[in-house]
Amino acid sequence: MLGFLRTPVASFQEFLLLAGRAFVNLVRRPHYFDDVFLQMDIIGVGSLPIVIPTGFLAGAIIALQMSRALSTYGAASEVGAIVSLTQVRELGPLLTALMVAGRNASGIASELGSMKVTEQIDAMRALGTDPVQKLVTPRLIATAVTLPCLTVIADAIGLLGAYLVAVPLLHIIAGQPFWSSSWRALVMNDLAQGLIKPLLFGIIISLVGCFYGLRTSGGTQGVGRATTQAVVLASIWIFIATLLIDKIFVNL
Amino acid sequence: MPDAPSPILELKDVNLQFGETWALRDISLVLSPGETRIIFGAAGSGKTTLLKAVIGLVTVDQGGIKLFGEEVTSLKEHDLYGLRSRAGFLFQEGGLFDSFPIGDNVEYPLVNQQSTDAKDKPTEEQAEERVRETLKFVELEETFDKFPSELSGGMRRRVGIARAIVMEPPLVLYDSPTAGLDPITANMIMALIAKERDVRNSASLIVTHRYQDGELMAKFRYNPEREELVPEEEPADPRSARTKFIVMKEGEIVFFGTRKELESSEDSYVRRFVRHEG
Repeated sequence: MLGFLRTPVASFQEFLLLAGRAFVNLVRRPHYFDDVFLQMDIIGVGSLPIVIPTGFLAGAIIALQMSRALSTYGAASEVGAIVSLTQVRELGPLLTALMVAGRNASGIASELGSMKVTEQIDAMRALGTDPVQKLVTPRLIATAVTLPCLTVIADAIGLLGAYLVAVPLLHIIAGQPFWSSSWRALVMNDLAQGLIKPLLFGIIISLVGCFYGLRTSGGTQGVGRATTQAVVLASIWIFIATLLIDKIFVNL
Repeated sequence: MPDAPSPILELKDVNLQFGETWALRDISLVLSPGETRIIFGAAGSGKTTLLKAVIGLVTVDQGGIKLFGEEVTSLKEHDLYGLRSRAGFLFQEGGLFDSFPIGDNVEYPLVNQQSTDAKDKPTEEQAEERVRETLKFVELEETFDKFPSELSGGMRRRVGIARAIVMEPPLVLYDSPTAGLDPITANMIMALIAKERDVRNSASLIVTHRYQDGELMAKFRYNPEREELVPEEEPADPRSARTKFIVMKEGEIVFFGTRKELESSEDSYVRRFVRHEG
């Protein structure tokens, strides 16, 4: 009766096994530090050109929408606080993760998938190296470290976008009160979830990308399929994780 | 009489099924240092699976595989890496890392192997020297900075050989080293494989479709003084022949013997793999 669940459950089990091996390799030799730094450059620095405009536009759009809504209640001066809360708690981590998932879960899945279908993964095993240690763990470390950094940058740029809309463009608040209300609105709980989320999202993006890449079969068409699945699944898991973390932090 | 050297590889009653299809069926074979086994068989007869099973890339259902005295079937994937690093493997399409230049491809086993301790790791200069020496062995030293996509199929295969032998392994497994190549390039590749066998006395398993490949391995040996292959007298006693032939059909070994025994076989399937003159 529940036969239709067999495939997804087996896939999830395989995913957990891969995740377990990737985490165990964090403390197991050898460590491929060169690969970690290379991936940090590709995933972290390489994502800046999409993360910066996304963060900026998100901040500007919230400021624009909120300034109108808040003006109705005579609370336009609170625009800085609203933007900083939404940006740090939700939109910064979520939008940055979605952009990085689109760029890097797909990149990781297609790179590893191409290696799989051209026997390069088997070659790696035959040459005495663990593909999980050599390929998955460096990508896991790189994404988990760089995504929180990218999120902080996106948050800051978002606030700058909101400032430009609220202060020089709409003149609904002066510069000094904008920045002080933005800063005062944030408490430790907000900063904590603003940093825990991207850490978890980074783990999801890298592992989902690697998982679909390493199980690719069926030639170039298979690589395309793996890439699409990686982006879709990483995005869905990011939303599910957001919901779970929000549930935890709202109750704190 | 001196003791026979202990075998490098021993397979005993190995079985593997994919669904209803036998990939390997009751496979038993022994390989000692310096020996060569040429494996013929139709497509899908289990030749590549056999090579992969030897180093644990494929897990068999039943039977024993002893590589360098260790039981492959009872080792976990993580423990197999050390064992695999002692065997060279040439993949059918070369299996080169296409985003690395040739130098890095050949250097890969030297600097990345799981079993390499930090203290045993060669320095950058030592590794480069070894890589250049090995590329010279396959006559491709000028390709050091090129990428695999810039090389022809035959050159990529030779780089694959260089990568397989850079650690000087006592056993090298070649999966269709001449498939899809023109006869001149194919002969050049086989000459390199024979040279590798004779210079280092390595054992090899060679999967191929070309009878000439096996013939060359059985009839020629590398002469280091003349730096070329010279005809070798085959021993009168077939038991002492270093090169023997295996023919596989639907996962089973249907023939095992010397070149002469192969050529005189009456079996119609086995005869398909023998080139008859005239």
